[in-house]
Amino acid sequence: MTDARVAGVGLTRFGSHADRAGRDLFATAAERAFEDAGVPRGDVEELNYGNFMGALAEHQGHQAPLMAEAAGVRCPATRYESACASAGVAVREAVRTVAAGDADVVLAGGMERMTNLPTAEVTEGLAMAADDLFEVRSGVTFPGAYALMATAYFEAYGGERRDLAHVASKNHANAVPNEYAQYRREVSVDDAMDAPPVAEPLHLYDACPITDGASALVIVSPEYAAEHDVDAPVAVTGTGQGTDRMALGDREHLARTPAADDAAEAAYAAAGVEADDVDVAEVHDCFTIAEVLATESLGLFEVGEGIAAAREGITTADGDLPVNLSGGLKAKGHPVGATGGSQIAELTRLLRGDHPNSEHVPDAEVGVAHNAGGTVASAVVHVLEVAE
Amino acid sequence: MSDDGASEDGGDVDLAERTPAPVTDADYDEWLDALAAGEGYALVCPDGHGSLPPRRRCPECGSSPLSREPLDGTGRVETFSVVHVPSPRFADDAPYVTAVVDLGPVRATGVLRGVDPEGDAVEVGLSVDAGVEERATDGEPLVVFRPVDGE
Ligand SMILES: [Zn+2]
Repeated sequence: MTDARVAGVGLTRFGSHADRAGRDLFATAAERAFEDAGVPRGDVEELNYGNFMGALAEHQGHQAPLMAEAAGVRCPATRYESACASAGVAVREAVRTVAAGDADVVLAGGMERMTNLPTAEVTEGLAMAADDLFEVRSGVTFPGAYALMATAYFEAYGGERRDLAHVASKNHANAVPNEYAQYRREVSVDDAMDAPPVAEPLHLYDACPITDGASALVIVSPEYAAEHDVDAPVAVTGTGQGTDRMALGDREHLARTPAADDAAEAAYAAAGVEADDVDVAEVHDCFTIAEVLATESLGLFEVGEGIAAAREGITTADGDLPVNLSGGLKAKGHPVGATGGSQIAELTRLLRGDHPNSEHVPDAEVGVAHNAGGTVASAVVHVLEVAE
Repeated sequence: MSDDGASEDGGDVDLAERTPAPVTDADYDEWLDALAAGEGYALVCPDGHGSLPPRRRCPECGSSPLSREPLDGTGRVETFSVVHVPSPRFADDAPYVTAVVDLGPVRATGVLRGVDPEGDAVEVGLSVDAGVEERATDGEPLVVFRPVDGE
């Protein structure tokens, strides 16, 4: 595919912003993205914006025009909703729009506010990403759904809670130097093992936190970048998306994520790269088991081998294949509708060399981002490459 | 199966209700009633894919028509979890065991009762009977599994 360039990235700190409306959070992320890009707002031709539960959390539907106002752009603006993959889909459509020649500059990203709701209502809100009739009504919570996958994984391929604790501990360690992360503190494997249960076999540190935050990216065509002397060394060279049956129980394998397999296959094919080429990955670790499943779907490890990779430290900052150097959803935080955009922002910073963890991947040229919605009924994968 | 509902009155919606009411659908409710009566069924397409109502097409292959095939009501636990942090609709039910159960042509998800949620009595492969019982929190009907041997 014709590549699209990431000209600028902007994030808010992820965490609790109880006193800031969503429009203010997205305004901040967009401000930073424009500053990073050095692209004038007036050149933006479309806004692609991701959000999941704004109608519940802020009594605010129809958010895209509001976010165009907040970002100071005047152009067609659309909200994309794909649960936790909302911003990933928004970015994908931005890339496709630019690659198709339909626009030279697109602002893409997302926002979520969650901490202003009581935990029980957040649980209810997140459960909306599952099948209400067949799952939620039967007692499946969002952590509960991933717990069902974890049990199925252990049954099919082996592994145990302690292996998952390694994922949590690693991602917390990665978040320490990241100024945008919600939890910049280390968590040991034993800490994770001792945490209270949420949905067995998943305990508190197997789960990402409740997070507010926003992400924004200025995506431009290579022609625009050249013409306007915009420094945009990182290209999105491949994008792919997959969909699966909504209810987990309706899938052939309860411990695999074929929507992400499909998304990865399409993204790799578009970019002309293979899993072996990947130097660094940001994956959707809303729960520790999700990171394991993601690394397998991306082809970074064989099916059933992802858990051993976590246990053996292959995915740590100093391992052969660092995963979630940002801290991941686990420690950096998971403002649902903003997450997919933040993954690409972090990957861009890692590949440009201006991320606090770039030192762990000094020669990285190919990065992959994996963003999942629900129990991976939706999945979006992007391949990023250093273009110049 | 119901028709397209075009002539039906949508009825009143209580906007003051704070906790979302469960989604209801006549075809699904009919299935729950049948399951409760020990006459559960699956919708099966010409290629043999099973699904639960409401369906107009096979979600696997898109084909129709779908025929009702009786379920024997006994199945195998494929995976499970002990939920300690519930949604508001299950506040008084927690901790409880959720399970995905293979019933032959379909899998169903529900709550596994008659086992100790704090113990290790549950394992993949456990044989269970499927039925319908009330949620402790609000009395709404719920797909419930119990071990075949009873406890
Ligand atoms: Zn079929």
